[in-house]
Amino acid sequence: MNQKVSSISKAAFLTGLLAMAAPACAWASDWPQFRGPNSAAYLAEAQMPVAPKVEWSAELPGRGLSSPIIVGDKVYVTASSGPKQERLHVIAFSAKDGSKVWERHLRATGRTMSHGKTCVAAPTPCSDGKRVVALWSSNDLAAFDLEGNLLWVRGLTVDYANASNSLGMSSSPIIVGETVVTVIENDSESYTLGIDVTTGRNLWKMERPKAANWSSPIVWQPDAASPPVAVLQCKDGLMGVDPATGSRLWEYKDGASTMSSSVAANGVLYAASKGITAIQPAKTGGDPAQIWRSEQMNAATGSPVVMGDKVYIINSAGVLAVADAKTGERGWKLRLKGPFSGSPVGAGNLLAAVGEKGLLQIVDVTAPEGAVVGSLDLKDELAEKELILCTPSLSGGKIFVRSDRKLWKVGG
Amino acid sequence: MILRTSCLLILSAALAHGDVPTSLNTILAVGREGKGNEEASLAWRDLVKAGPQGLLSIVEAAGKGNVVADNWLRMAASVIADEAMEAKQPLPVAELEAFLRDTRHASAARSIAFDLIQHADPAKANAIEPTLISDPAQELRRGAVQRLIVAGKEKADAKDEATAKSTYQAALDAARDEDQVKVIAEALTKLGVEVDLPKHFGFITKWNVIGPFDNAQRAGFDAVYPPEKEIKLDAKYAGKGAEVAWQPFETKHEYGKLDFNKPLTMLKDATAYAVSTFDSTSDRDAEIRLGCKNGWKVWLNGELLFGRDEYHRGAQMDQYTLKCRLKKGANTILVKCCQNEQKEQWTVEWEFQLRVCDATGTAILASNP
Repeated sequence: MNQKVSSISKAAFLTGLLAMAAPACAWASDWPQFRGPNSAAYLAEAQMPVAPKVEWSAELPGRGLSSPIIVGDKVYVTASSGPKQERLHVIAFSAKDGSKVWERHLRATGRTMSHGKTCVAAPTPCSDGKRVVALWSSNDLAAFDLEGNLLWVRGLTVDYANASNSLGMSSSPIIVGETVVTVIENDSESYTLGIDVTTGRNLWKMERPKAANWSSPIVWQPDAASPPVAVLQCKDGLMGVDPATGSRLWEYKDGASTMSSSVAANGVLYAASKGITAIQPAKTGGDPAQIWRSEQMNAATGSPVVMGDKVYIINSAGVLAVADAKTGERGWKLRLKGPFSGSPVGAGNLLAAVGEKGLLQIVDVTAPEGAVVGSLDLKDELAEKELILCTPSLSGGKIFVRSDRKLWKVGG
Repeated sequence: MILRTSCLLILSAALAHGDVPTSLNTILAVGREGKGNEEASLAWRDLVKAGPQGLLSIVEAAGKGNVVADNWLRMAASVIADEAMEAKQPLPVAELEAFLRDTRHASAARSIAFDLIQHADPAKANAIEPTLISDPAQELRRGAVQRLIVAGKEKADAKDEATAKSTYQAALDAARDEDQVKVIAEALTKLGVEVDLPKHFGFITKWNVIGPFDNAQRAGFDAVYPPEKEIKLDAKYAGKGAEVAWQPFETKHEYGKLDFNKPLTMLKDATAYAVSTFDSTSDRDAEIRLGCKNGWKVWLNGELLFGRDEYHRGAQMDQYTLKCRLKKGANTILVKCCQNEQKEQWTVEWEFQLRVCDATGTAILASNP
């Protein structure tokens, strides 16, 4: 047994142990992180409103393009406010009626500078069903129980002084087993951390390429019997990592987007690389084999979603494009009303996308050429120059969307 | 897993009856990379359980640890306040105000006190805010300055120019944030009042510059060129393709930007230095605040304060705060500024702005002209 295989086996064993020791997963209707369960952005068995209407809206105390997450009967949202966006907020709302349950305030301990279009509340929080872990562009990272008790807080720029991006950071953390995987990659002090979700202390720290990176990590699991693998993405490609130890399991080195994130479905990774490149990492740790590539499936700032046997992206022109998940063969294209900053999400045979100007569009992807079957225009609820930049969240047949000032629950 | 759970239970038992001072000390001890988190998490719960009677002690502790500890304390204080208000329990507003008024306390602690007063008694906070116009905490001044800006505009709109000028001038004297100073300076300029922005902020405008040295493959950031070894303004060195020498350069930019493209022409893959002598009237703590979108390093009296190799992601005033100690007499400030290989239109800038100020953002002016 060579050293590489040995380390992979050990890593897989440790991850398996932790996965078995992990608490029961979040509720079936939870949307616990950026793009939902497993970062798939898709709930096969769920419903989505075709005649969307606002059920409630709630005022937010500050800006944000982070997605709401839904855990149990609460919606958790982050925001940033103050003249330099130095005031950081986590707010829990009742999913039923939008009433505020609790709010916590921090002060940024890292740099808060960002491009004017984005803001400090860019990364989406994540949850393991017991805790909410929130990250801001200032590299402040805090964990709360679902009742709002502070469990731990870190200032990652205090720990690593040159970790920041003057345009702003946006990578959203994920929780895999007992590890919070936090990508803090930038032009200077660039790294990814595996943090113990219970204590907030480092399990591992991996030096990463010195290059700005706004993409988010995802979880890849080749099959139900295999331990989950954290997939890191950067300009150089993708890397599978044991979340418990930070050990490298495999690498795909043909480059990847630093904005769009990848997606996994049915054991295949649809990498945001040269458009979409479908790759199949080996369960035993070998480097991935390429299945297909479509350079035309370029998702701009958003990320792809796999619904059934098709992959969907929205390109920079606001065109929803489809490709066969097994072959990459392209199908219909449907022009939506954009522009879009957020990613599309799906439930059943419906896909939802919200444009920057507030138009939520529902697409039936099983229609012969795809068809917009419902829409809701939130523009009248937006202030002048206010945009919706978030990726929508889904739970209980409802859609949750936020802007810089408001959170909406959309039903119908 | 079992072992860790046991440890947490033991810790929990040990701290189950932790008093407020013990809990505060535990939180103040949190260190880098989450050191002390497990103990702090339990102490935080104890603090919250102690309720409003521990509130003032929590506020007093802020600023005595690191900024992460301040966040533990800030959240404990706000949860206590939320729960007390929900239970219609009184908060010690008078004590918090007395604490806020005592400017010997740390700015972070006084800011928490003001936030609590604002939460518990908005009318009281509204009455206090204008009195904070000269507060040593930069953020506590903002509200008072904003009121003067609004009052100045009202007077200007009413054509009461004399009062508008004096009101805006009072606002300018107190303002330390760029966005507020911009509004005030524009208003004063319209009223015919000249505003010396470099002096207000303390920008250094008179420099000697030298370059170019090489920065191909961005290697110049780590390369040690002669100005990092000696400052001899009459020396000449081998630069990038030619001999280079120091030359005086004074920026006239109102926000103190030194644009290397002017004295050295528009170059790529290049490194340059700027040096200035800053005469201080005393030994004192200070801050050097920098804005720069190129790779940079800053030295004070030969000591490297900080450096950063990020290129063209953006720049703004006070982007970086470098805490330092000025010595009485001449201080040498050396800036290294690296331009990279990018050719896009938005990568032309090869510049920085630097000011010397105190922790409030108040300019410290050099005694040499």
